Amino acid sequence: MAEPETPFAADQPDPARPPPRFGYFDHDADLGITGCGPTPEAAMEAAAEAMFGVMTDLAAVQPEQELEVQFEEADPELALVTWLNLLLAHAQSRRLVLCRFRLHRSGHQWVGMAAGQPWTASLERGVEVKGATLTQLALTRQDGGWQARCVVDV
Amino acid sequence: MDIARLRQAGPYEWTLPAAQGEACGEVRLFADAELLRGMDDKVLEQIRNVARLPGLAGAAMTMPDAHWGYGFPIGGVAAFDADAGGVVSAGGVGFDISCGIRCLRTDLMWDELAPQRHHLADSLFREIPAGVGEEGRLRLSSKELDRVMRQGALWAVEQGFGPAEDLPFIEERGNVAGAEPGWVSDLAKKRQLGEMGTLGSGNHYLEVQVVDRILDEEAAAAFGLRLGQVLVSIHCGSRGLGHQIGTDYLLLLAKSAASLGLTLPDRELACAPIRSEVGQHYLGAMNSAINCALANRQILAALTRRVFARYWPGCRIETLFDVSHNTCKVERHRVEDHERTLYVHRKGATRAFGPGHPGLPDAYHAVGQPVIIGGSMGTGSYILAGNPPEQNRAFASASHGAGRAMSRHQALKYWHGRQLVDELAARGILIRTGSLRGAAEEAPGAYKDVDRVAEVTEAAGLARRVAFLRPKICIKG
Repeated sequence: MAEPETPFAADQPDPARPPPRFGYFDHDADLGITGCGPTPEAAMEAAAEAMFGVMTDLAAVQPEQELEVQFEEADPELALVTWLNLLLAHAQSRRLVLCRFRLHRSGHQWVGMAAGQPWTASLERGVEVKGATLTQLALTRQDGGWQARCVVDV
Repeated sequence: MDIARLRQAGPYEWTLPAAQGEACGEVRLFADAELLRGMDDKVLEQIRNVARLPGLAGAAMTMPDAHWGYGFPIGGVAAFDADAGGVVSAGGVGFDISCGIRCLRTDLMWDELAPQRHHLADSLFREIPAGVGEEGRLRLSSKELDRVMRQGALWAVEQGFGPAEDLPFIEERGNVAGAEPGWVSDLAKKRQLGEMGTLGSGNHYLEVQVVDRILDEEAAAAFGLRLGQVLVSIHCGSRGLGHQIGTDYLLLLAKSAASLGLTLPDRELACAPIRSEVGQHYLGAMNSAINCALANRQILAALTRRVFARYWPGCRIETLFDVSHNTCKVERHRVEDHERTLYVHRKGATRAFGPGHPGLPDAYHAVGQPVIIGGSMGTGSYILAGNPPEQNRAFASASHGAGRAMSRHQALKYWHGRQLVDELAARGILIRTGSLRGAAEEAPGAYKDVDRVAEVTEAAGLARRVAFLRPKICIKG
């Protein structure tokens, strides 16, 4: 298993990494999220930003506390859903909102880190995400990079 | 939806002819042509996939408020027979297990309440934990949470949250059998320790409503409804526990499908044979979440009562009914002249037992179960009554809401939260929310015409309209 990267200086984005891009697509009842990046892992990090961006304005969240998630998954698409759902679960159980994400893969082993802060009254309240679903789930090559996408239940 | 693909089987009933050689059960859609045209084609695709699952009894069906969901369409109903190799599907229940509505009937008239409406709205908003990131005031131990999962609303009543008289008016008398907390993950339990007595966000709400129209005098009398009366509806579910159980089993069942001999038409329909070990584990966990949801709504009802008692000491607030609309329930139904035990999945659909059903409290035996169609915060909601099986041919199921007409993302392009809240206030509807973005996503214009959904629900024989409720105060997460 790959060693987790040294905890990132989340308030100082690494200039060597292109900024992650995320967005949303329509779904009748819920919401589709997308994340793009030069690698599958970067796209999945961006998808996590998209998901937490549904809940608040991420620009206002401070990366004060970190959490780590580890899991084993051979299927990269199922790894995307697992990653997102583990972030949701650990954030909620610690009453955190997360804003920065890093994910590493070594074979079927995945190690992720995220940073954020406890919910405070000053943070904008968006809509709670209940779970990342398998609907329209995809991790595909796009424009020379990767796109991660799925529908989240809100 | 392209209705040219459908065959009209009745004024409000349509079927989808199976393609040549296709192994697909019957598909039946309850709606009129206008509602069908307004639905996404994916609704048809999703319900057709449901009809391809093994052990389907009768038809896979959609209700008039159906819209595109994940796995099952929202407004989807399907029953499976364990004796015929039937399955239980985590995708057929969803993440918000046992999301539903508790409807409370007060003895207050709107004229009495109106002078205090601003204070009441502020107090409810203060006392009802709502919105993303909010915790409840209760903090449970793991042992206590196990009791919640086994006992449901009964646990809440024993803790002093409301009277025992509420219990007969909750589905399964507030305590569904078959809960097995041992099949709930530690992570799911951990997520729930601070979540009891919380409303959540999105389309969840607590609404103070007034009876605006009576459409069936006899049933209204049985339900204790009269014009001008104040009701309170609480829409929420099993919170983090249910979300995590949905997450855990969705992936587990999706991955187990091949080894269980199942070919899933859509991974999201993750399911397992009812009699399989993993199928039984899911049922034990799902029933734990149902009990958690029933306890959660019982606590919220008690918090609501406490707020009302501050302004109107001695006012009586009783439970009209508590209905869930994301469940899989074991029920007896007649299919092709045979009485069978079926696992009825209702994803965004309400149970609607008809008159005389043994599962109903005595007070409702003559008229049937109260069915609640929750509308948007700007339009209104309906209370209906369940019909006998001769009229309701959907395994005693009916619509659960207005159904979205537009995505949340689209809604944000049309409405701004502050403006919307001000416009509703000008119409006499007080909104209290910590999320203006969430309010915009829930704009009344983003929903279908609830009047039409209720009319078609009645015309299709699913349930009959009893009363229309107009919103006055809405607490949104």
